[in-house]
Amino acid sequence: MAGRAFMRALSKPYYVRETMIQMDSIGVGSLVIIILTGGFTGGILALQTSDTLKTFGATGVTGTLVMTSLVREMGPVLASLMIAGRVGSAIAAELGSMVVSEQVDAMRALGTDPIKKLVWPRLFALMIMTPALTLVADIVGAIGGWIVASSLMNVASSVYISSAKDALTYNDIIGGLIKPLVFGFIIAIVSCRAGLRTSGGTVGVGRSTTQAVVLSDILILAADFFLGKIILAFS
Amino acid sequence: MAENNNSAIEFRNVAMSYDERVILEDVSFVVNPGETKIVMGGSGTGKSTILKLVLGLIKPDSGRIFVDGEDVTGHSEKDMVEVRRKLGMVFQDGALFDSLTVYENVGYRLFERGLPEPEIEENVCRMLQFVNLENVMYMMPSELSGGMRRRVGIARALVGNPKLVLFDEPTAGLDPPTARTILELAIKLRDLEGVSSIFVTHRMDDVKQLSSKFATIGDSGEVEFRSEDGNMCLVNTRFIMLRKGKVIFSGTDEELWQSSDPYIKDFLRKS
Ligand SMILES: Nc1ncnc2c1ncn2[C@@H]1O[C@H](COP(=O)(O)OP(=O)(O)OP(=O)(O)O)[C@@H](O)[C@H]1O
Ligand SMILES: [Mg+2]
Repeated sequence: MAGRAFMRALSKPYYVRETMIQMDSIGVGSLVIIILTGGFTGGILALQTSDTLKTFGATGVTGTLVMTSLVREMGPVLASLMIAGRVGSAIAAELGSMVVSEQVDAMRALGTDPIKKLVWPRLFALMIMTPALTLVADIVGAIGGWIVASSLMNVASSVYISSAKDALTYNDIIGGLIKPLVFGFIIAIVSCRAGLRTSGGTVGVGRSTTQAVVLSDILILAADFFLGKIILAFS
Repeated sequence: MAENNNSAIEFRNVAMSYDERVILEDVSFVVNPGETKIVMGGSGTGKSTILKLVLGLIKPDSGRIFVDGEDVTGHSEKDMVEVRRKLGMVFQDGALFDSLTVYENVGYRLFERGLPEPEIEENVCRMLQFVNLENVMYMMPSELSGGMRRRVGIARALVGNPKLVLFDEPTAGLDPPTARTILELAIKLRDLEGVSSIFVTHRMDDVKQLSSKFATIGDSGEVEFRSEDGNMCLVNTRFIMLRKGKVIFSGTDEELWQSSDPYIKDFLRKS
């Protein structure tokens, strides 16, 4: 399906407006939960790592540990899981309702390719917005970590900041953005597929929604493992 | 390979089943150009399925389907786009796009073709006037009544002047004057525009009107509806009746009323 979606996207019409609408609703609509996710994740990472590091007298590297786990793992994975829950479910429910109320049939009858009109804009929007939102989660997480480390764990603010800055390599940042790109692709394909394959009325819509989220989550975690391995092999 | 003929729509020994359940066993019929074919049959006999087969939304298990003389049985989704341009479909439950306004719904086809806005607006207004709904142009489908939704569905199907129109019970559950408006619209399309159509209905009133009335342009240039009164076979409407996956009757209204088949007699009496 992804291959078909891609081939057809290269011909007219392009549905720029639909894509913009999707980017807006995914990006702006998910901002609050992404900020909350990032902030608390950064905070808890700072709390746990500095507590462990205290026994070794090495709280000075708190910033390093927080940033590497955040940028490499927690940011991309948690942001994508949240997006799968919020956006993936909405996509499956919307497309599923369109299928059961024959709107997709009507669309085809009126000469529109539903893959182009419905799938492609969502795929494109998710592949742009998931990395963007991950970036937001990373930044907010770093700030959250800094606040917790300096206010609760007595790590000097300047020490945290300099160790955090030193932590990040070029590879981490690139890897940290490739992951959400792939995760966004997974969420879009899984959710659109679940939605468009809905059958069995309103009950079917519920089933598709659950399926979209569960399958996206599992595939994200599995893909994370393999991507982690590939990215480590390159660094 | 691709065989051509000059029918508007033709089914040749079409069979179709969902999973294990056989819906259409062996269905053959021809809709001639300019003809209105009324399709009758009990609930669940596959009338809507026939219309979806014409549109290529589903594919038959066997048999051949011709639209405008062209064999479309093996057409891919991409090939069907051209065929569907000639077809207008009024869905049984409306199937309106609920995220779009009435205006955007009706003009959908034209928006997709990328026509300029003023042209779209003119077309949409004209169509909405036809179905007496100019005043709801900027409402959302969820704000409309069932009958209004049905009429929006009709307007949407007719925009772009399709040569072939498929009506799936367009008058079911409408008040008599509105139902009559829709029937007159169908008669007008048949007699003045040369549109061929398949008209699925259960209502005897539809059957009577479509088989006895015809439209002409009067002396003053106005559209007039006249009754057949004795002029046999002037009206270009034919019937088929479905039962258990087969066509059990095919012919004119006179033949239908004179049929001796007990099922048909029962069907006509009960309705
Ligand atoms: N998507 C589907 N999956 C499985 N079975 C289906 C599906 N759509 C329709 N059917 C079955 O096919 C049969 C024919 O359905 P269809 O909608 O064509 O009936 P109909 O003649 O239009 O009936 P009605 O007059 O009630 O509209 C029904 O028995 C229905 O249960
Ligand atoms: Mg039906």
